[in-house]
Amino acid sequence: MADEKALTFEEAMEKLEVIVEKLEEGDVPLEEAISFYKEGMELSKLCHNKLKHVEGQLTQILTDDGQVVNFSINEEE
Amino acid sequence: MKEQHHLTVTALTKYIKRKFDADPHLQGIYVKGEISNFKQHSSGHMYFTLKDEKARILAVMFSSFSRSMKFRPENGMKVLIQGDITVYEPSGQYQIYVKEMSPEGIGDLFLAYEQLKERLEKEGLFLQQYKKELPKFPQTVGVITSPTGAAIRDVITTIRRRYPIANILIFPALVQGEQGAPSVVKSIEAANLNQGIDVLIVGRGGGSIEELWTFNEETVARAIFASDIPIISAVGHETDFTIADFVADMRAPTPTAAAELAVPHIDDLMEKVLNRQARLIRAMKEKVSAQQNRYNRLRKSYAFRYPRRLYEQKLEQIDRLTESLVRNASKLSGTKAEQHLQLAKRLERRHPEELLRNSKDRHSHLTKRLDRAMSGILSEKQKEFTAVIATLEALSPLRIMERGYSLSYSEDGKLIKKASQVKKDDSIRVQLADGQINCIVRNVEESEGNG
Repeated sequence: MADEKALTFEEAMEKLEVIVEKLEEGDVPLEEAISFYKEGMELSKLCHNKLKHVEGQLTQILTDDGQVVNFSINEEE
Repeated sequence: MKEQHHLTVTALTKYIKRKFDADPHLQGIYVKGEISNFKQHSSGHMYFTLKDEKARILAVMFSSFSRSMKFRPENGMKVLIQGDITVYEPSGQYQIYVKEMSPEGIGDLFLAYEQLKERLEKEGLFLQQYKKELPKFPQTVGVITSPTGAAIRDVITTIRRRYPIANILIFPALVQGEQGAPSVVKSIEAANLNQGIDVLIVGRGGGSIEELWTFNEETVARAIFASDIPIISAVGHETDFTIADFVADMRAPTPTAAAELAVPHIDDLMEKVLNRQARLIRAMKEKVSAQQNRYNRLRKSYAFRYPRRLYEQKLEQIDRLTESLVRNASKLSGTKAEQHLQLAKRLERRHPEELLRNSKDRHSHLTKRLDRAMSGILSEKQKEFTAVIATLEALSPLRIMERGYSLSYSEDGKLIKKASQVKKDDSIRVQLADGQINCIVRNVEESEGNG
C-alpha cells in the first residue's frame, strides 16, 4: 500500500477503471477477483481521500526575485 | 365590421417593437456595411445609415459606447458592427443600436493581425497535430496574467470552486502595452522551467483590440507554440479571437471558461469514484453469487445426489463382461479341442506303421507285377527260343550230315575247306553224323575249277 500513496489521482483512477472493467468482464478466477477487489477498494478509498483532502490546496505567486509566496485575492477589490 | 376593435398606432407599434425585442436573432447581431449620412450630436451620440448595394438600415450609437472607440467613423467607411435591432416608436422605424464598431479591412493592427495569422498558419503553428492534450487531473495549474486584473480573480475562484485540490501558481505578467509581449513570453518560459506545472492558463480580461494586442504578437505566439506545458488561452471576451488563441493547445472564450477547461469538477470526480466503487462492489457480488450458484448447481448434480448410480452401472457392466468372458473362453476351448482332435486324426493317418503297411502292400503288389511281367517275358522268350531251336534244328549241319555230308578237321582242329590245307600223310578227322573217322591222307589232288 506504500507505493499506492505515491500514485497520482489520475493513475489511481486509471488503475481503478482497469480493475473495474476486468472484474466486470467476469472471466477472472475467484482468488484473483478477490485480490482485484481488495486493490480496487483501496484505490477507490485513495481517490476518495484525495478528493476530500482539500487542505493541500495552495495559491502562490512567483515574485520578481524568483520567490514563490502565498497569494490571496483581495475580496474587497 | 363596425364592431371590429381598431388598434391605435401606438399599440400596433408597441406590439411590433416587442416582436423585435423578443427575437434573439435580432439581439447582439453582427452586421457589416458602409457608413452614410453620418451625424454626431453635441451629446456625443452618433446617427448614420448603414448600407450596401441593395439595402440600408438606420443606425444609432450612443456616446457611452462610442467613447471607447479608437477611430472616428466617416461617410463611405466600411465597418463591422455589433448591436441590437429595435423599433424607434416615434418614427416607426426599426434601427440598429450599435454597441461596437470597428473598421473593416482597414487599420494597421487589423492588417498586421491578418498577415501574422496567415504566416503562422502557413508555417503550421495552428495544426491540430501539435496540440497537446490537457491533463485530466492537474495537480498544479499555472496562470500567466496580471495579478491585479479581473482575469486572475475569475480563474482562482473558478478553480477553487470546481477543484479545490489543485495548486495554483501565478506567473505575474503585463498583459498590455509595449512590455506586454516580452513579459508574457518570459513568464511562459519561467513556467516551463518550473517543475510540476501540469497546465498553463495564459490570458487577460476583455479590452479593446489595442489592449488585447499583446496576444497578437508573434513572440507570444511562438512562446506558446514552444511551451512543453499544455496552454489554454483565455483572452478577452467570447468574441475576441487572438493569434494566441489559434496557437494555444486549447482556446477558452473567457478566463473563467479557461479555469473550467483546466480542471475537472470535484463533484464529478467524486461521483466517478463512487460509481466505480459501486461497479466494483456489484461486479464482485455478481462474481461471488455466480460462483455460489455454480457451486450449488454442482452440489445438486446427479453425481452428488446418487453416488451409487455412478458405480452400479459399472458393476452391471463388469457382470456382463465376466459372463461374456466365460462364455467366450469355453467356446474358444471347445473350438480348440475340436481342432486338436482333427489334427490328431490327421497325424494318426500319417503314422509310420500305416506308411509301412502301405509300403509293404505296394511292395508285394509291385513284386507280383514284377513276377507276372517276368514270367510273361520268360515264357515269351521260351517260345522264341523253341522257335529258334526248331529253326536251328532245321538248319543243323548234323541234319545235313545225316543226309551224307561230313566235316574234315585237321589235326589242330581246323575245318578243312581247301585241299591245299592238307598234305600227304597228314592225319585228319572226318566227322560224320553219328561219329568220326580218323584217316591218313594218301595223296592230295587238287581239282581245277569248282567241284
